[in-house]
Order: sequence, then structure tokens, then C-alpha cells
Amino acid sequence: MQTDGFRDHPVRSYVLTGGRAHPTRNTLRPETLLCAVDDGRELPASAGRHERALLETCRGTLALAELAAYLHLPTSLVAVLVSDLIDAGYLAVRSGVTHDLPGLDLLEEVLDGLRRF
Amino acid sequence: MGSVGSDPATRHLAPTVERSVKVLVVGAFGVGKTTLIDAVSEIPVLSTEETITTASVGVDPARAAKSTTTVAMDFGRVTVGGTTALYLFGTPGQRRFWDLWAGLADGAVGALIVVDTRRLEESFEVLDQLEEHTRMPLAVVVNEFPDSPRHSGDAVRAALDLPAGTPVVSGDLRSRADAVEALQVLVGRAVELRRAEGGAAA
Repeated sequence: MQTDGFRDHPVRSYVLTGGRAHPTRNTLRPETLLCAVDDGRELPASAGRHERALLETCRGTLALAELAAYLHLPTSLVAVLVSDLIDAGYLAVRSGVTHDLPGLDLLEEVLDGLRRF
Repeated sequence: MGSVGSDPATRHLAPTVERSVKVLVVGAFGVGKTTLIDAVSEIPVLSTEETITTASVGVDPARAAKSTTTVAMDFGRVTVGGTTALYLFGTPGQRRFWDLWAGLADGAVGALIVVDTRRLEESFEVLDQLEEHTRMPLAVVVNEFPDSPRHSGDAVRAALDLPAGTPVVSGDLRSRADAVEALQVLVGRAVELRRAEGGAAA
């Protein structure tokens, strides 16, 4: 049913997400770490090619932006697909709760890590 | 023609990594943003094509049509301290790209502004945008090209009318050590500002 070999464009993106432009959750950022849930469950037969590729790519931990780059899709579109997969329990957010700003302890850890390069 | 996931180019993070932060690398076109990211990144620089909506300028507002533009965004990643992934997002700083990085700026440690002293005026718009829209920590790194005039940090600070205390460093951004130093300076500035902010509570 899938026709490969043509370029994605905005209209097609809109179709891929079932007509939605925004993800079901707004805590996803380009740097949010994601990982596939390894519980042996298979995606339903109705799942699309991009959902399958996304889960396959995310067998290890990757950020949302990395997934988008590897899948050659815009980050905003991948956020919609990722949201659905999280809601359905196939994908988990690895990096925990997203706060507004990184805390002082995290900043100090990053600075410390950079100094050890 | 294997699936994407089996592509050896996919570089997963170590299982110990459980947090992520980001910095923005901003600057005019061709100033060396991607060079800096590439010098630091533990993965080959990746790119996503983002679609942004830009309002047409200088047309009758009643007929103003919004058009969509595709912008390539380069980024890289480096694992620090074994548990944290630091992402570096390169973004064009011009006003017309604001839609793109308004979302990106959310939650960022700060912005590293890459400057070419041969074309300093091209950095004004980038700085204006940052100061107008965000209050994130800033640091400037002067990309030293072989024929760049050498300026002191104070001269660059004055020329760019930077907020007081904004650190300015310079270096060859192809060098990992210089690029890492620029990042240290930015994160150090973020730590300093956060401590000053929480001084009473600490």
C-alpha cells in the first residue's frame, strides 16, 4: 500500500499525522531523550511505515531531533508521531520530567564534564 | 536497503545517559556555527529540514500571504559526565527565522553567539533578536580566521553593545579544544547567573 520513492512535503506530512499539526503532549523538545519500550509488543497492522521506522531507530536512546534527522522528517512532524507512540505505550521518555530550565546542579555537572575533556 | 534502525550510522546514547540539555549556537550565515558543532560533537553533524512560516514583508496587510520556507538546522551531541547528553543546535539568527528558534530556545542553557570580526555588523540582528525575545545566558566566541583583525574582548563587547558581563572568547573553531572552551565559558556564565539569582535562597 505504501508508495516509496517520493518526497515528503507539507501536505503529505499533514496526512501522515491524521490531519493534526500539534502533538498530544507539549513536553517534547528537540533534545528530549526517547527509547522504545522493549516489552515484545508488536505495532498494530494499521501502523504506518514511519511509525515502524521510528520505533526501529529508537531501539536505543536518541533525542527527538536525532530521530527526525535519521528519518529525514521535520522535528515538528516526528513530535506528533512520537506523542502517539508514547500514548500507546510503545515509546518512553528517557530523560524524565522536563523542567522549564536546567537546574543549577545539572549546569554544574555539565560544566564539570566539559572541563574534563 | 535495510531498515533505518539497522543503519550503522545511527548512534545511540550510552544506557547510562538519562538527562539532556541543549545550547543554541547562533550567528550569521557562514560564520562557523557548524564548524564549532562538528569540532565538539561525538556524532557526525546531523541536519533536519524544518518548515517555518514567514510573513511577507512590505505588502498590503490585507493581502499579506504567509509563505513557508524550509530551513536546515544542523546539530550535534556530546555526552558529558557519563549521564548527560549535551545537544548543540545551530540556528540562523536572523529575524525571519525567529519562529524556528522560538521553540528551540525553550529550556536552553544559553546561546553561544559565533562572530566573525570581518563582518561584525552581520551579528547585530542576531543579538537584537536574542535580547528582544529571550533572557538566556549569552557568551560570544570570535571565530578567528587567518585574515581576521584581532580585537580585544572589550572592543568586541563595545562594538556589539553586549550586556555587561557577557564573556567574549576567541579561537579557531575547527579546534576541539577551542570549541570546548567556548562551551565551558557559556555554561560557566549560566552557572554564575543562576547562582546570583538564587543567592538569597542558597
